[in-house]
Amino acid sequence: MAAQDYNQLLRSPQFQELVRQRSKFAWTLSIAMLVIYFGFILLVAFAKPLLATKVGDGVTSLGIILGLSVILSAFVLTGIYVQRANSRFDELTRHLTREIM
Amino acid sequence: MSRLIILTVATLVALGAGSSEVLAAGPDLGAVQRQPLNWTAIIMFLLFVLGTLGITYRAAAQTKSAADFYAAGGGITGFQNGLAIAGDYMSAASFLGISGLVFASGFDGLIYSIGFLVGWPIVLFLIAERLRNLGKFTFSDVASFRLDQTQIRILSAVGTLVVVAFYLIAQMVGAGKLIELLFGLDYLYAVVIVGVLMIVYVAFGGMKATTWVQIIKACLLLAGATLMSLIVLWRFGFSPEAMFAEAVRTHPKGDAIMAPGALVADPVSAISLGLALMFGTAGLPHILMRFFTVSDAQAARKSVFYATGFIAYFYILTFIIGFGAITFLMNDPGFFKLGAGGAYDKVKDILGGTNMAAIHLANATGGSLFLGFISAVAFATILAVVAGLTLSGASAVSHDLYAEVIARGRVSEQKEVRISKISAIVIGIVAIVLGYIFENQNVAFMVGLAFAVAASCNFPVLLMSVLWKGTTTRGALVGGLLGLISAVTMVVLSKAVWVQTFGFARELFPYDNPAIFSMPIAFLGIWTFSKLDASNRAKDEVAAFDAQYIRSETGIGAAAAHVH
Repeated sequence: MAAQDYNQLLRSPQFQELVRQRSKFAWTLSIAMLVIYFGFILLVAFAKPLLATKVGDGVTSLGIILGLSVILSAFVLTGIYVQRANSRFDELTRHLTREIM
Repeated sequence: MSRLIILTVATLVALGAGSSEVLAAGPDLGAVQRQPLNWTAIIMFLLFVLGTLGITYRAAAQTKSAADFYAAGGGITGFQNGLAIAGDYMSAASFLGISGLVFASGFDGLIYSIGFLVGWPIVLFLIAERLRNLGKFTFSDVASFRLDQTQIRILSAVGTLVVVAFYLIAQMVGAGKLIELLFGLDYLYAVVIVGVLMIVYVAFGGMKATTWVQIIKACLLLAGATLMSLIVLWRFGFSPEAMFAEAVRTHPKGDAIMAPGALVADPVSAISLGLALMFGTAGLPHILMRFFTVSDAQAARKSVFYATGFIAYFYILTFIIGFGAITFLMNDPGFFKLGAGGAYDKVKDILGGTNMAAIHLANATGGSLFLGFISAVAFATILAVVAGLTLSGASAVSHDLYAEVIARGRVSEQKEVRISKISAIVIGIVAIVLGYIFENQNVAFMVGLAFAVAASCNFPVLLMSVLWKGTTTRGALVGGLLGLISAVTMVVLSKAVWVQTFGFARELFPYDNPAIFSMPIAFLGIWTFSKLDASNRAKDEVAAFDAQYIRSETGIGAAAAHVH
């Protein structure tokens, strides 16, 4: 591609829309993962009695439930991203590529 | 207590090696009692070796071009790559180390599995697709895309080789110790066998063979761990609560195993470790290299999704296996070193140390046949991980240093691949020698250091060159070097090295993991020295961002890299 093609593509509303939507989505999910993980670490560091609290009548503690939830959340977040990317972002990219070809 | 954090984590990855330092009062794996030759395990392992050598033979016949050698011709599917990434990441140490940690202290084991997992979503959201769109064979391709080829390739090759070297030494020493324990083979034989096999896989079969070794190993490991977990859960009528209740009744620490213990005592170290694990994953060269084996950004994205699923599932299994080991083993004196009158400590006296908990559990749940299978899987696991590391190191030498820096791009594909194969052989031999030299050294800090360097040099340089328009060669070079040097220096001055290896009285750096300081140093360095860079080259590099940006965001211009 020549330089003016780059400029044209950069300025095209479709390209800007794709990049804006995707980076907003990716950063939101990244921040969600950071908050979940470091929230958990801070609880482990500062709120040990809270994590030791029993859930229900048995021995299972809140800490175990939360810990397993963090593992699950990592998988769910990647699933959410892939789902959106496979449908929405790939579609926007296809439109864009077709336009310049 | 805080030093436990880095050491334990390192051990989880570098299994075995130095585990006596990890739990200061804990099990002693240093004094390994050699087992009698374990024939079931040896025969199963030989079957694995024969199968993988067959694959290597076929892969060698199909490996002709550089793209075949470095990136398996780009013909790996997202699902296969997801399994291979999981195979690269689920080391014997995560398997045996985390289940051993759960066995010893319950909940605390979970903290580490979580740390190792949460880097993956970040890799997916910020790195994977852009990497695939911009790169060809190594992450240096991406970091140096619009920057100076010579300087940035040297920097990222150094970052790669440092990470690979420390990771590899830790794996070799851990492998030797583990094999000595499991198979009853001499340490030196064990290290030589691992070294020779990894040379064969990499030098002959390249990325194709390495990928399939990872996939087979991942399937075996997941199958073995699933089976073991099912047998454990079956005993408790598939009720985790019943399993936890029995574990609390059995474990000497009682109810304390259900809550955080002493492992995360100092919040600064805890957060620093969290940063290193999370962002280190996004800077591990052998992992990043896997994204070039798939056809496009969509497949790269899917591979992270599958990998995250497999790794998350695997860590939940290790948690069940740890609790299973508590309930199945602790009341059976047959698994312990007995003291006077048959008395034993239910944690410290387990034969071979707590890292052997999963291995003993295999014996308790499935007899000697299952024990042999799990031992063979553990060996296969180490082999697969070192093969991935070797390929990554060899590619840094041949593709980055030789082809781009020394030959300035004027080299034939055949010659480049030949250099890569020679590098793999040299790296393998060096790894054997280092494994032998470091046999009785504390290498537990090395994996922590590898993650810290990956998070403080490779990751910042990669992320900034791709996402920030203003990044210049001078900025990336100075910032990356500052991150690298500060991470290494702080680890050397920390207790794990300064006191425990060099024998000085007091550590000069109070925390276990440098990432909370070295990562900001790297990012700030890149930003500052890019801003201060007023050269003409810097102007060109900033101007070249737009083309890179379009390609990284859309993949336009990227597809051609792998098609022959």
